Amino acid sequence: MSSLLAQLFPPETTRGMELSADVLIVLTSAAIIYVLTRYHKWGHLWREWLTTVDHKKIGIMYLIAAITMLFRGGVDALLMRGQLAVPNNHFLGPLHYDEIFTTHGTIMIFFMSMPFIFAMFNLAIPLMIGARDVAFPRLNAISFWLFAFAAFMFNISFVVGGSPNAGWTSYPPLTELAFNPGVGQNYYLLAIQISGIGSIATGVNFLVTILKMRAPGMTLMRMPMFVWTSLVTSALILFAFPPLTVALAMTMLDRLFGTDFFTITHGGMPMMYVNLFWLFGHPEVYILILPSFGIFSEVVATFSRKRLFGYSTMVWSVITITLLSYGTWVHHFFTMGAGPGVNVFFGISTMLIAIPTGIKIFNWIFTMWGGRVRTPVAMLWALAFIPTFVVGGATGVMLGAVVGDYQFHNSYFLIAHFHNVLIGGTVFGLLAGMYYWWPKTFGFKLDERQGRWFFWLFFIGFWITFMPQYALGFMGMTRRMYTYTTGYGWSLPNLVSTIGAFMMGAGFVVFVYSIVYSYKHGERDLTGDPWDGRTLEWSLPSPPPAYNFARIPVVSDRDAWWEMKQHNQTNVVQLNPNDIQPIEMPKSSSIPFLMGLAFFVGGIGMVFEWWWVAILGALGVVALLIIGSFDYNDHEEIHAETIRHTEASLGRLQG
Amino acid sequence: MAPKRSKRAFRYLSLMALAVGLLVSGCGQQYVLLHPAGPVAASELGLIYISGAAMLFMVLLVWVLFGIVIVRFRDKPGNKAPYRPLWDHNRKLELFWLALSFLIVIIISVPTVQKTYALDKIPSGTDPIVIDVTSLDYKWLFEYPQQHIATVNYIDIPSGVPVLFELTANSPMNTFWVPQLGGMEYTMPGEVLPLWLEASHPGVYWGRSGQFSGSGFVHMTFNVKAVPMAQFQQWVQTVRQTASPMTLADYHQLLQHNWISPRSYSSYPASTFPNTTHGFTLEGGMYMQMKNMYMNMPSN
Repeated sequence: MSSLLAQLFPPETTRGMELSADVLIVLTSAAIIYVLTRYHKWGHLWREWLTTVDHKKIGIMYLIAAITMLFRGGVDALLMRGQLAVPNNHFLGPLHYDEIFTTHGTIMIFFMSMPFIFAMFNLAIPLMIGARDVAFPRLNAISFWLFAFAAFMFNISFVVGGSPNAGWTSYPPLTELAFNPGVGQNYYLLAIQISGIGSIATGVNFLVTILKMRAPGMTLMRMPMFVWTSLVTSALILFAFPPLTVALAMTMLDRLFGTDFFTITHGGMPMMYVNLFWLFGHPEVYILILPSFGIFSEVVATFSRKRLFGYSTMVWSVITITLLSYGTWVHHFFTMGAGPGVNVFFGISTMLIAIPTGIKIFNWIFTMWGGRVRTPVAMLWALAFIPTFVVGGATGVMLGAVVGDYQFHNSYFLIAHFHNVLIGGTVFGLLAGMYYWWPKTFGFKLDERQGRWFFWLFFIGFWITFMPQYALGFMGMTRRMYTYTTGYGWSLPNLVSTIGAFMMGAGFVVFVYSIVYSYKHGERDLTGDPWDGRTLEWSLPSPPPAYNFARIPVVSDRDAWWEMKQHNQTNVVQLNPNDIQPIEMPKSSSIPFLMGLAFFVGGIGMVFEWWWVAILGALGVVALLIIGSFDYNDHEEIHAETIRHTEASLGRLQG
Repeated sequence: MAPKRSKRAFRYLSLMALAVGLLVSGCGQQYVLLHPAGPVAASELGLIYISGAAMLFMVLLVWVLFGIVIVRFRDKPGNKAPYRPLWDHNRKLELFWLALSFLIVIIISVPTVQKTYALDKIPSGTDPIVIDVTSLDYKWLFEYPQQHIATVNYIDIPSGVPVLFELTANSPMNTFWVPQLGGMEYTMPGEVLPLWLEASHPGVYWGRSGQFSGSGFVHMTFNVKAVPMAQFQQWVQTVRQTASPMTLADYHQLLQHNWISPRSYSSYPASTFPNTTHGFTLEGGMYMQMKNMYMNMPSN
């Protein structure tokens, strides 16, 4: 018993910060359980959310998870910036700091950005292409629950067993047992592996959804730009995640079963991991940025009241980016002695990617040229993106120029660069998308005034945080240092950077307040088209009914809804009560949730090497696969009468 | 209301640009990358300037265009700018910035290729000093195969002479980086990678690891002291005479996870550096010749 406790609660989980987190977790859980019980909401929670296969609800759950994880990752960031605010600081010790930068990176990439992107996919794509759900609704729910349980598992490492501490890239041999005993690294391997299975499934799902489920008349070249970028993102996921799966699995075999793929004894070859990791890792950054590119295209066109400029160039740009992104991974390790030929090849391929990206930037600017630019918060994020991202792109080219990278590699210049593109690109884009589709999803707008506070605090905070980090790169400060001494001149830029980080944190607080405030007092969206939108989702009421479209629309042009409005054809959404047909919709299922649970049990079993628990989890997975395969009763019909009733209450019946 | 807001945004932007400028344009000695002390670092800084200038041009171009667009096409009453909601492509414009982007990439690529190949060759003329570098957990072991001495966490090198570092690790990966002398290279277990650097002038240049390798990685710093050749030879003699030899037992002490202060050894066991060429790619097969040269020397 005591040895079990020692395994679950090693010394690093009994420090003050972890103990206070324990108390908070227990209190929060108690409060949630109390509320659910007090208001008899357990049944509602189970029926409406935990077993749902509705893409809109899954999207909402992804969004909530992403914002929660943004909080966790953000707190990690503030702890790090707090530690680095002054030289020789002892606020965090080295062990603690190492864990925090590891969880910060891992959470922000795998458990914040990815679900945020999947939230946007789920909330927008079926509505934009005129579909009633995704191609494989149950698989969609399985993807979500694999992600959710994996994120949960990764987060409990903080309080049970110990956090991973080798960086989000987790290069061996540092991650091997010889240098990294304890279960922290197992958490990293298993949690990312499990959510990775979900990500691949999401890739398959949206690839098929977009290719097969578009409304009649919506040819590929009539798809909204966000649908295009999501299509190529899904393809990227499909081909990029397998190398990660392999790299993680081999490290896991090393750690749990004593193989020597990446150890430094018996001919292990740590560099092979680096290759596999970045073979995933570089396409991954495009997985993170392309959906945002799509969102900007929608948002900029809508709020400029103008067609997207250079649509076909944009399409070819994203396709080019997709193809090139598989040929650039070595630029993450120009300094591993690959020789000049290899380095030059990958250096030039990296710089080539800047060309289609640059073209897209010009196209967004010229989308506004000759338009009428409105600036609600959604558009502010898109506007902030252009001048910000171009700086990140520029420093990316500087890093891609091989011999420059010899100096910049692993320095704060690199840190500033990738935060510049990931925040200035991915995060700004996702926030633009969230503000844009929020009224469609929830039926009310987020408060604009508070949104502006959030925007300016976050945007200015961003510049104050990361510009000094470029300077730190020129001063020779390298990443992942838990402390530094005076004499290098690093103190002032670090202090400035910390101030900026806390501004961003303050912005986040305003944002969370704004959600709560808007839920109660926000402007209700009764028209379904609050922004004067251009694409099909704005032809639906907000929030849309479970079946989305009572009648599938017919598309005759790009910007289908805008064209209908231009030609006074908006009455097509008004149905004749006698035309209404019953609709077959996928049925809720408990299998996805239970599948996530089974993976969680199996994962925990492997993390702690409790083999009987791992086997139990694996058996659960297999059993659920079999049960699911024989469950033919997975659809249900919505009666015409129900639809008539719903549409009438939304005021969408003729007469 | 609207124009006031845009003016305010403009003021914010210019303030930010000013702050950024002050931070980046500082030319104090602490900006080590801007103060190269040898040909490698100088060559790298040259490319940083070229790519930086080209990129600055693109950034400014985008900022200016962006500024014009958001001021001119704001949706405000009385805006007289043309409104053309259907204007959605212009082949000539698109071709123009395609060509412009290509041109910029070519401007950066040409020197990139030249410099990448050039830096892979040790300049002929002088024989380089060879230093075998092993990163250990939270310390650097330097072995001089030609001089048969070893140091920990500091090195002396002759100025004006290329130094060939042969890098390996007996620990998780690190990178060997002396910013004022030139860019970094990984130290990896099981591989030996080459890196040549040169200090043009005498001086003390700090180095550190750029790759996280565990809780003590922050302390993996070392000083490189460049001195004239004669003084370097003298230093070698002093170390030979005054320092004690490194035994295998001493080496195993070094493998412990800790940090230690700089020290010197008058000799070292040859088996402490891997006898492999795996990973080594320096141009011209020079490595094998040199390896043979000093591997055949008597070792104490």
